[in-house]
Amino acid sequence: MDQLTSLASRPDPRGKKVSLFVTCIVDMIYPSTGMSTVEILERVGCAVDFPMAQTCCGQMGFNAGYRDEAKAVARQFMRAFRDAEVIVAPSGSCVAMVRHFYPQLFENDPASYAEIARLSNITWELTEFIVDGLGVSDVGTVLDRPVRATIHDACHGLRGLNIQQQPRTLLGHVQNLELVPLPGAEQCCGFGGLFAIKMPDISGAMLNDKIRNIDSTPADMIVTCDASCLTHMNGGLHRQNHTQRVVHIADVLAGKVGQDAP
Amino acid sequence: MHPDSQANAFVQSATVAIKDITLQTALARATTRAVNNRVQAMGETTNSAALRQQGRQARLRALQNLPDLLERLEANLAAHGVTVLWAADGTECNEHVLQIARRHGVRKIVKSKSMATEETHLDEALEAHQLEVIETDLGEFIVQIAHDTPSHIVFPILHKTREQVRDLFVERLHMLPSDDPAQLTAAARDYMRQQFITADMGITGANFAIAETGTLAIVSNEGNARLCASLPRVHVAIVGIEKAVESVKDFATLVQLLTRSATGQRLTSYVQLISGPARPDEPDGPAHMYVILLDNGRSKIYNSAYTESLACIRCGACLNICPVYQNVGGHAYGWVYPGPIGAVITPLFTGIHNAAPLPHASSLCGACQEACPVEIQIPDMLLRLRGDLIAEHDSRVDLSVGLKGWSIAMQSPVLYELAGKAASVGSHQIAGQDGQLHRLPGLLGNWTKNRDFPPFAGKSFHQLWRERAQNKQ
Repeated sequence: MDQLTSLASRPDPRGKKVSLFVTCIVDMIYPSTGMSTVEILERVGCAVDFPMAQTCCGQMGFNAGYRDEAKAVARQFMRAFRDAEVIVAPSGSCVAMVRHFYPQLFENDPASYAEIARLSNITWELTEFIVDGLGVSDVGTVLDRPVRATIHDACHGLRGLNIQQQPRTLLGHVQNLELVPLPGAEQCCGFGGLFAIKMPDISGAMLNDKIRNIDSTPADMIVTCDASCLTHMNGGLHRQNHTQRVVHIADVLAGKVGQDAP
Repeated sequence: MHPDSQANAFVQSATVAIKDITLQTALARATTRAVNNRVQAMGETTNSAALRQQGRQARLRALQNLPDLLERLEANLAAHGVTVLWAADGTECNEHVLQIARRHGVRKIVKSKSMATEETHLDEALEAHQLEVIETDLGEFIVQIAHDTPSHIVFPILHKTREQVRDLFVERLHMLPSDDPAQLTAAARDYMRQQFITADMGITGANFAIAETGTLAIVSNEGNARLCASLPRVHVAIVGIEKAVESVKDFATLVQLLTRSATGQRLTSYVQLISGPARPDEPDGPAHMYVILLDNGRSKIYNSAYTESLACIRCGACLNICPVYQNVGGHAYGWVYPGPIGAVITPLFTGIHNAAPLPHASSLCGACQEACPVEIQIPDMLLRLRGDLIAEHDSRVDLSVGLKGWSIAMQSPVLYELAGKAASVGSHQIAGQDGQLHRLPGLLGNWTKNRDFPPFAGKSFHQLWRERAQNKQ
């Protein structure tokens, strides 16, 4: 994936109203993570708005090859975020869809292209928004108990948006949190959307590789920026009776760790 | 069904491969080593990102001017006394080689590594005409005597452990048992030396074909390609038309990227530059040299949305880094080229319906593109191929109905929220005592085969936000 929207060419998001794109997974499965996202954004001084007409970015259909169906869903995103000045989502994967693939979906649609390009350009992943967009590296989090954590780099955030340093910067400032390295942190957990359903044995083998790496660390918590990878890894950890859990970075930064972990 | 592709059986083959402990041992050893070597060798360059861009532009520029480049290549090779032949497909290619063999009274052929000849099944075609063919690349030699097929572009026997090679050599070459790589190589070399001296024809591939000078470039580590191209009377090189590069300068960029990415070497032990047969004043070299420029589907890819896939320099870096390849190996992909690049080009070469699972054989993690020395946008092309499959109605009915319904629901905030509520109620009904879902219905059951799934929340974020707004008032 090209990093089509470079930081330098994007409008400065500071002082603008933030429209939260909560993403369908967080909306329906982890709504408290959505609330954590709002809490952090407000803590760093943003006015947060939630456009109620939002649904899903359309990636599931797009990744399965259903381009027309995905494009129709992207149009709903356009309608929902028509008035947005800055869009922030707690997911690198959904943001990569908007930033990288929306312009591709509308490449032969001049009537909508300008608006899609505008929306792509103002959409940020949560940690890159805070660190790169606002220039904030400490959101003032203090955990109520000491936690040893490691980071799994979610693929689309890492390779599509270059998100690697930002979560480490933010977690590095969390009090009571010790960060340890994860071998193979950049290796896919095997989720891949429909891949996990279409090729469950291969996806499962990749998940086992990831769990072996998690087991090799002393961490009891794995932090990631994507609820989808989180669901997949926790699904495996849970099935195999492992005690470690994957948590969303928004919940860590909101200090909810240990209280509300999925 | 394509006559020699088993790509449609990918899932079944992969499932078997995942459970093959010997294969898993071989894969883990080899891919880990290859990835580490590449990362180290690329890291040594002063600016690897710039080098990759330079390489990418060299390949894209070559593709941009490919028709013109090929004509210049042909003219410059001919000027050196090379006979240039064109082959539209594998059959024509093999026929050319047979005719050359007949013309020069050839009986024994030594051959170095060439993936293009795997496409055309050259060895079988020659053997069917009572010609003796000896693969001289150690890996390909092992493939040949084991009646196997390569499972990797650069390391043909990546799927075999050293111990398996030992057993093969003890049986076939009557070697004394040893799994020391030096002794294994020595056993093969003793056998091979005799073959080189008595061969009438040498067949090679080429890594690059430099148009401005009419030069073929071959990189190797065993020296066998050099012997194939210089000892026998006749040298035939089979070169895919996408191998053309513009200039020596471009070659100089690309060869570094190739060797560093493929084997982690700054340069391979041998880099040959061949510009024609022996000249009258030269004591060594073949009397006759032929170059066969092979299309075999490449021009069709050239005229498609997948032109960039032809930029591949066949280093194998995307295979080594791919978590799918690391788990299933190369044979599961069912045709000549495995791994992420194979998942792109196999459907293009053999027809998408003959390789329908391959565009889906990826979690789209993007590690392939990141490793690729010329940054081929493999995930984007896999996605485009998935779109082609749907456009050509190659999809499961349940998935198709499900995703069309999904799209309709996602276009309506009301339906979207209703679907979420239904999922919440349903998931709580089927949740186990631990609150997790252990068995999902239908196609989703593939998820719960080896993973649990969390229940949908009682209140969605939409709902929480509404409540928050009411509380604020």
